[in-house]
Amino acid sequence: MKALRKYMDKIKPQFMPGGRLAKLQSVYDGMETFLFTPNTTSQSGAHIHDGNDLKRTMITVVVALLPCLLFAMYNIGYQHYLAIGQADASFWSMFIFGLVAMLPCIVVSYAVGLGIEFVGAQIHHKEIQEGFLVSGILIPLIVPINTPLWMVAVATAFAVIFAKEVFGGTGMNIFNVALVTRAFLFFAYPSHMSGDKAFVKTDAAFGLGDGTVTDAFTGATPLGQIATHVGDTLQLNNVVGEPISTCDAFTGLIAGSPGETSMIAILIGAAILLLTGIASWRIMCSVFVGGLAMGALVHAFATPTYAASMLDPLSQLCYGGFAFAAVFMATDPVTGARTHIGQYVYGFLIGVFAILIRVYNGGYPEGAMLAILLMNAFAPLIDHCVVSFNIKRRARRVAVK
Amino acid sequence: MLNKKNKEALFNPLSKDNPVLVQILGICSTLAVTVSLEPAIVMGISVIAVLAFSNVIISLIRNTIPSTIRIIVQLVVVAALVIIVQQILIAYNYEVSKQLSVFIGLIITNCILMGRLEAFALNNRPWPSFLDGIGNGLGYTIILVIVAFFRELLGSGTLLGYQVIPQWCYDHGYENNGLMILPPMALITVACIIWVHRARNTELQEN
Repeated sequence: MKALRKYMDKIKPQFMPGGRLAKLQSVYDGMETFLFTPNTTSQSGAHIHDGNDLKRTMITVVVALLPCLLFAMYNIGYQHYLAIGQADASFWSMFIFGLVAMLPCIVVSYAVGLGIEFVGAQIHHKEIQEGFLVSGILIPLIVPINTPLWMVAVATAFAVIFAKEVFGGTGMNIFNVALVTRAFLFFAYPSHMSGDKAFVKTDAAFGLGDGTVTDAFTGATPLGQIATHVGDTLQLNNVVGEPISTCDAFTGLIAGSPGETSMIAILIGAAILLLTGIASWRIMCSVFVGGLAMGALVHAFATPTYAASMLDPLSQLCYGGFAFAAVFMATDPVTGARTHIGQYVYGFLIGVFAILIRVYNGGYPEGAMLAILLMNAFAPLIDHCVVSFNIKRRARRVAVK
Repeated sequence: MLNKKNKEALFNPLSKDNPVLVQILGICSTLAVTVSLEPAIVMGISVIAVLAFSNVIISLIRNTIPSTIRIIVQLVVVAALVIIVQQILIAYNYEVSKQLSVFIGLIITNCILMGRLEAFALNNRPWPSFLDGIGNGLGYTIILVIVAFFRELLGSGTLLGYQVIPQWCYDHGYENNGLMILPPMALITVACIIWVHRARNTELQEN
């Protein structure tokens, strides 16, 4: 640590105004505050000092995402070895396969997103914000594993520039950046975002896990199977055609976008977020309540025309990206509602719309992404209504006396 | 013929006073007809023709129109011209007229037309009005063509129907961007053009 501090001090003058690399001052600032606690504090006025700054908030969310990330790596390997008929491969070979399969996507997402933020900060002579730390890890977790890397790069660039930087950067965006990335991919390259080829990596990753796919292989996710399902009885299968139950969806050994499959990993993340007070429990709970309510409603009117309505409400929550979106994306403090009552409404409607889209709109097997983006747009309106209602209520109370 | 005032009427709408970029008029048709280049060009020419001639006609009769019913008179003139354009299109370019469908008819409601008639033709002589119509129509067409260029190139890999992006790229994993064909990208493309335009013309920036 001391050596690092010395080195940072040594190169500092070059980055100060007048130095050789003065243009890159905010890069230096960003690196220094990333490595060390800033030694400058506010000099005047009254300030509330809280140890929980933006960096720590972001890092806590990243930590909460780690269970999902680690499980995703294992599950990618597991699905791969299942697909090539070597389900008895060791835990570590599965995990390592998933690691090397996911790593390029993580690197691309961070490189593109942070790259744009760095360049943006240089142009505007602003401090580099840490906003992309979370988005950068969310993106690899929500895009299908087989998405070509250049598509991830294009979508990330689009989302960072048009969903974030043009609104004023970190903390100013209207829409969740990671979800905009996903939505961009979904609408721009639909063939890579659904169907048999998207969610299970069947070819080798950097020479690991070579093998040919077994004849029984179908790569459709449970919700993908439901979207194309015909018939009165609903039976979901894993990638080699064996039946699966909601229990499998709970543990997470099913096909799907990397981060979303395991309910257990998501719940661990949720616990971390709630215990540290980073995420709003109001939003999180009301998303699940909304999902359950809508799930119960559609299940009560179950019909084979809409196969997804045959899932019971609890399964609705376990399959697909619903839980992941509820815990990590609906609770985004920037794009969500701020008022307490507003948060209940906002969360509840996300849950309702997610299930509504999933069940009744054949074009979209999963509705969580669109539901959150839709409610992101409405969050300021909800807050406005809550605030103005409160003002009216209090004004009336004054007037009566 | 082309004194300073007339020059302004003709050239200002191309950039400094562009109907789409600065006055933000005619956005709906910009979204609708810019999926590919050909309908955009045809639409642009149609708007230029209708705008120029309706400006001239209104300018000619500007002293005889009672101001209480001037909007109706303007509409009648524009509608008559639009129908002529529409019939010519159906006769000579049926495919494109099918692609443009209602949007040729909707030129009647294009805000640029009413705006120019109200703001310019009613107070100016026919020749400047004609130039103003041509200028504004061109300003509109330029934006339409730029937007359609990017949308067709990135969305379909073609320009005017000819394959531009080589097969070699598709063989190596390149794919057309399906989002470019959807209406939201037209808005975002227009926004990008406005962005570049304001960055170059700092006097247009609001505080």
